Amino acid sequence: MDYNVFREFSDSWGLVYLFALFVGAIIFTFRPGSKKTADDSAQIPFKEDN
Amino acid sequence: MKNMTEVILLGVGTFLALLGAAFGKDALFQAHAWVLFFVLLASTIVMMRRVSFVPADPINTSGYDDDVIRFGVIATVFWGIIGFLVGVVIAAQLAWPELNIEPWFNFGRMRPLHTSAVIFAFCGNALICTSFYIVQRTCQARLFGGKLAWFVFWGYQLFIVMAATGYLLGSTQSKEYAEPEWYVDIWLTIVWVSYLVVFLGTIVKRKEPHIYVANWFLLSFIITVAMLHLVNNAAVPVSFLGSKSYTLFSGVQDALTQWWYAHNAVGFFLTAGFLGMMYYFVPKQAGRPVFSYRLSIIHFWALIFLYIWAGPHHLQYTALPDWAQNLGMVFSIMLWMPSWGGMINGLMTLSGAWDKLRTDPILRMMVLSLAFYGMSTFEGPMMSIKSVNSLSHYTDWTIGHVHSGALGWNGMITFAAIYYLVPKLWGRAGMYSTRMINWHLWLATLGIVIYAAVMWVAGIVQGLMWREYDDQGFLVNSFIDTVSALHPEYVMRTLGGGLYLAGALLMAYNVWRTIRGDVRDATPSTANAVPAE
Repeated sequence: MDYNVFREFSDSWGLVYLFALFVGAIIFTFRPGSKKTADDSAQIPFKEDN
Repeated sequence: MKNMTEVILLGVGTFLALLGAAFGKDALFQAHAWVLFFVLLASTIVMMRRVSFVPADPINTSGYDDDVIRFGVIATVFWGIIGFLVGVVIAAQLAWPELNIEPWFNFGRMRPLHTSAVIFAFCGNALICTSFYIVQRTCQARLFGGKLAWFVFWGYQLFIVMAATGYLLGSTQSKEYAEPEWYVDIWLTIVWVSYLVVFLGTIVKRKEPHIYVANWFLLSFIITVAMLHLVNNAAVPVSFLGSKSYTLFSGVQDALTQWWYAHNAVGFFLTAGFLGMMYYFVPKQAGRPVFSYRLSIIHFWALIFLYIWAGPHHLQYTALPDWAQNLGMVFSIMLWMPSWGGMINGLMTLSGAWDKLRTDPILRMMVLSLAFYGMSTFEGPMMSIKSVNSLSHYTDWTIGHVHSGALGWNGMITFAAIYYLVPKLWGRAGMYSTRMINWHLWLATLGIVIYAAVMWVAGIVQGLMWREYDDQGFLVNSFIDTVSALHPEYVMRTLGGGLYLAGALLMAYNVWRTIRGDVRDATPSTANAVPAE
């Protein structure tokens, strides 16, 4: 385990992993039906008592 | 029995500090241990006077826990004044070098005092108290951990006092924004982990099923700052009773670790944390939900995935490998998108409520802070581009950039949050004087504009003078030529900082009178502004 091992992992599988995670997060945010959930969540600050 | 445990713990701490003062290996450690001894001794005496042997009333745990937040708001105002004041003093020291009083009040020791006071003391207290406020209300749950929140608050103040006195005494590990030596770092780690426990515990026991996006930002700020702090401060102390330590890294690795830390302190302390504040206070003050909740989620993840790579842009044209410099530049430019996503989301929250800007100076402050956020996050990526950086790096342009972000974005949103919180926390109808809020707004804005504009001029003059060659290929200017050329700009900068400080003093007075319960009898400055139809 030296510098090159880390380097090769991070610009291959590491990059793919992070990119897939990010794209997955975007797709999940725009999944069908998410608009309603998001609008409900946006109201949370107005639910408190004071 | 009340407060007995606290007195015992503080007493033990005081005794240990005394031992540190007695057996310290170097004069610096001994002096610092004396400071700690007197601080803890005073705290022990204060707590001792509050000991009560009457069986304590059961604490009412039904509502929100706001006591510690009240202390936090006052601490924020207090440290803000100190930080801005030291800033004005060091600005004056640069303009008039006679003001450097050796050795304790030299620019070199006062400068970290200023940066730490504004970033960690002012912004840090603002983040801790507003995050405690926001997490309780958006989770509909009382703070987790009972007295642990008090430990976080007072422990953090102790960290600030130890860091500040350490700088003036000359204790530093020479890492920008991470100057405190190893023993102060360990203390901060303990306090920070407790902070995480309180915050995360409150989220875990929430009654609201969804975790509101402000809490995502705040949690990412707490976790990332913990990680940055632990890695960058990895050091081996020379002695367990000495003030000197050696960092684990060396050479360019050390430089990269340092700027990975420092840039993400900007990204997560001053950006993610404050976006958390923004996502709560802007909708509350505007009375409207955030413009697009889904945009807030997207730009959250974009910010998280991108920010962590931007640090190398602080090391353009250094011994850092070219690919790492370019990586830092490219990621900095990509950061434009999530940064502006946040700004647009905040500003557009006002769509349909723009008329409120005519009558509500607090909302005006929020809009200004978002505008400054947008401007400085445009300027930052631009400055990371290598050809721009070759002119701007090491010049006052960088200082101007930092201040338009810090004074404009962090300062303004914090002031707005304080004006929102104080009447709520002390049960008043509103602030003592709305006119004073308006005065504060304009004093601060004028101060920032003067500061940033003057530093642009100074930075570009400086950069051009440094790279000026004559026809023989020799440098035309020596360093001192640039220093004397910039004297007028340095005087103007002091003035800009002074205006900003004056605004903050007005805020302190306004907060004090509001807490006392006074209402100023005056026509509001917006009396002749008619609300839009």
